[in-house]
Amino acid sequence: MSHTHSALSATKLRPEAVHPNGHQHLGGLLLDATLQFRDLTALIEMDRKKQRSRWTFDEVRTHALRLARRFETWGYGPGDRLAILMTNQPAWLVTAFAAFLRGMVLVPLDWKLTAEEQAALLRHAKPKALLVEAHHWPKLVTAAASELRPSGASALQTPLGQGLPEGLRPIVTEWTGPVPMGEQGPTIERWEEASDGVAPTIETRRRDDLACIVYSSGTGGRPKGCMLTHDNYLSQLAALMALFPTTPNDRFFSVLPTNHAIDFLSGFIGPMATGAIVVHQRTLRPEFLLDTLRTQRITQMAVVPMLLEAFERALDEQLDKARPWQKKALSVLTQVNQLLTDKKPNHGLSKTLMKPVHEGFGGHLKLLFAGGAFVDERRAKRFYDLGIPVVIGYGLTECTTVATVQDLAPFRADTVGRAVAGVEIRIDAANDDGIGEVWIRGKTVMKGYLDDPDLTAETLIPAADGGLPWLKTGDLGRLDAARHLILVGRKKNMIVTAGGKNVYPEDLEVAFSSVGAEDLAIFAENYVWGAPPKVATEGGAALTHERLVVVARGGDFAVLKKKIVEANKRQPEARRVHAIVKAPAPFPRTASMKVKREELARVLAQRVERGAIEGI
Amino acid sequence: MPAPATLVNRLLDLAAQHYGRPRETLTPDADLFKSLGIDSFQALDLLSRLEEAFSCEIPDYELQGVTTFAGLAEIIARRA
Repeated sequence: MSHTHSALSATKLRPEAVHPNGHQHLGGLLLDATLQFRDLTALIEMDRKKQRSRWTFDEVRTHALRLARRFETWGYGPGDRLAILMTNQPAWLVTAFAAFLRGMVLVPLDWKLTAEEQAALLRHAKPKALLVEAHHWPKLVTAAASELRPSGASALQTPLGQGLPEGLRPIVTEWTGPVPMGEQGPTIERWEEASDGVAPTIETRRRDDLACIVYSSGTGGRPKGCMLTHDNYLSQLAALMALFPTTPNDRFFSVLPTNHAIDFLSGFIGPMATGAIVVHQRTLRPEFLLDTLRTQRITQMAVVPMLLEAFERALDEQLDKARPWQKKALSVLTQVNQLLTDKKPNHGLSKTLMKPVHEGFGGHLKLLFAGGAFVDERRAKRFYDLGIPVVIGYGLTECTTVATVQDLAPFRADTVGRAVAGVEIRIDAANDDGIGEVWIRGKTVMKGYLDDPDLTAETLIPAADGGLPWLKTGDLGRLDAARHLILVGRKKNMIVTAGGKNVYPEDLEVAFSSVGAEDLAIFAENYVWGAPPKVATEGGAALTHERLVVVARGGDFAVLKKKIVEANKRQPEARRVHAIVKAPAPFPRTASMKVKREELARVLAQRVERGAIEGI
Repeated sequence: MPAPATLVNRLLDLAAQHYGRPRETLTPDADLFKSLGIDSFQALDLLSRLEEAFSCEIPDYELQGVTTFAGLAEIIARRA
């Protein structure tokens, strides 16, 4: 009897997760989840050291239904688009939920882009409404109007709201100004306002219907709006839930922008479906992030390599403060932990052994997810040895975020893991080393790019076997014997930095325009010279580390080199290059004097030894 | 509304000290990120220091769109 009793109370304490397999669309899944977890805490928002708000699942549902009703009264329904331009916070998630309840398509935009870039993406996506923060709306209005203004015309001659999609309805949070804003400005809807109290009509969707349009590149050039379906998200969710199950006892710290698919799943849909708590923090300053890790007892979090680096600095500071005997004890403990957990992570054991270090990160962390860029192998290993596994993954917005991920069995920091369930990876046109372009297919691959059939046709390749199409990633890599994917670089010129940013070499080269080189180009080392040789990880060299190399020639090379080093120092860290090498001959160029990069890379690979590259 | 020169100078002193750069290399109209050699994530660190020095609160979002020291000084002047 006592057994039955304890089983019952366990059920009461931990309701089952809502599984995506039984669902057709995200609105239905989220609605069921809020009914399943009722009075449990869903969201916590921190503002520095203070708690700003706390939401139960019931409250999330109530607010979302109210907002869905307002959408309905404004005439918004299936297929209508709603853009979100907002830092991570509860209003983001509640609004997205409300939009899905009305069958609307979400267009999450990157708040880190410039206001001009955001206005351009809004013009491309043509949403009916936009959710935006009070401090950002005036900036967006000004930027959008100034772009279209003929030079010389004053700001007053351009009506506010121009340069934004016609009829766009701004829904602004925490707005304290007048409505409408200014005489000619568009009318503002306050996010916090109530509805007419009538229950909304909930629209159902099919798996194949669009859920989101997510822009995978916003800077310059062609907007790439990835059309992702409910099936894409539900399939990805099922794969991730099987690998990394969470429960109402887990607390996920959402710091990567929610507009990116990675946080959209791991910091919104995933926790909601499993009853876990999502914690937001209004500031990204490391001091407050560490404080929230502790006070909110965070168990999981997704980071970019740059954040992992900031955490390592915090770790070192903590170790510096330790007494000599404590340091010695810690080093012994790390080794013991290494021996004991080498084959299989033992979180409990690691946690006990490494208590002081764990406490620096709040004491409850079970996992750190790292993706979006090349992760330093040495750093990932260090955190693992301290009892905090870093799960490395790889994916693109075009395939709803995670294509491959580590499963920690065993822990490996030298690869980006294996394909997740339902995803197939193939290396196209592999060379003798097995390196070729990474192609992905499965139910998580997008429908295509919004209003760009040409780009879609170049990216999604029909399969010879009549199955789902292949997604060309533009990334180069190989599969090892265990079918772990090892990335070596970008196929094209684009380079992904440790900060998770896409770097365009043409853009970086501008910084060196004044050094007086006859020819100068920047390449990713692995792209030109192939996969790096296996090296010891001492000193921080990692297999997945990507060096940016300046290739240059002209005049006295020693003088030129000095100038390049100086110019490099003046750059922000994220824009600095890491090495330099002398070009053997004038660069091959097109008729319009543009450098033929692919040809140049071939010449370099043939004529320049890898050993000639010097670090700067 | 430009910030008073004394405020701008104090900001330059603090920034130079915080990131260990020679004070004379920083000027009000220079690109803040370029002259300090930092990105926007690293600049968040400076905000806490400035809040302390000028006794005000500067939310992270204020850094969005800021390029020069003079621009940052304007924000401080508005909030201090």
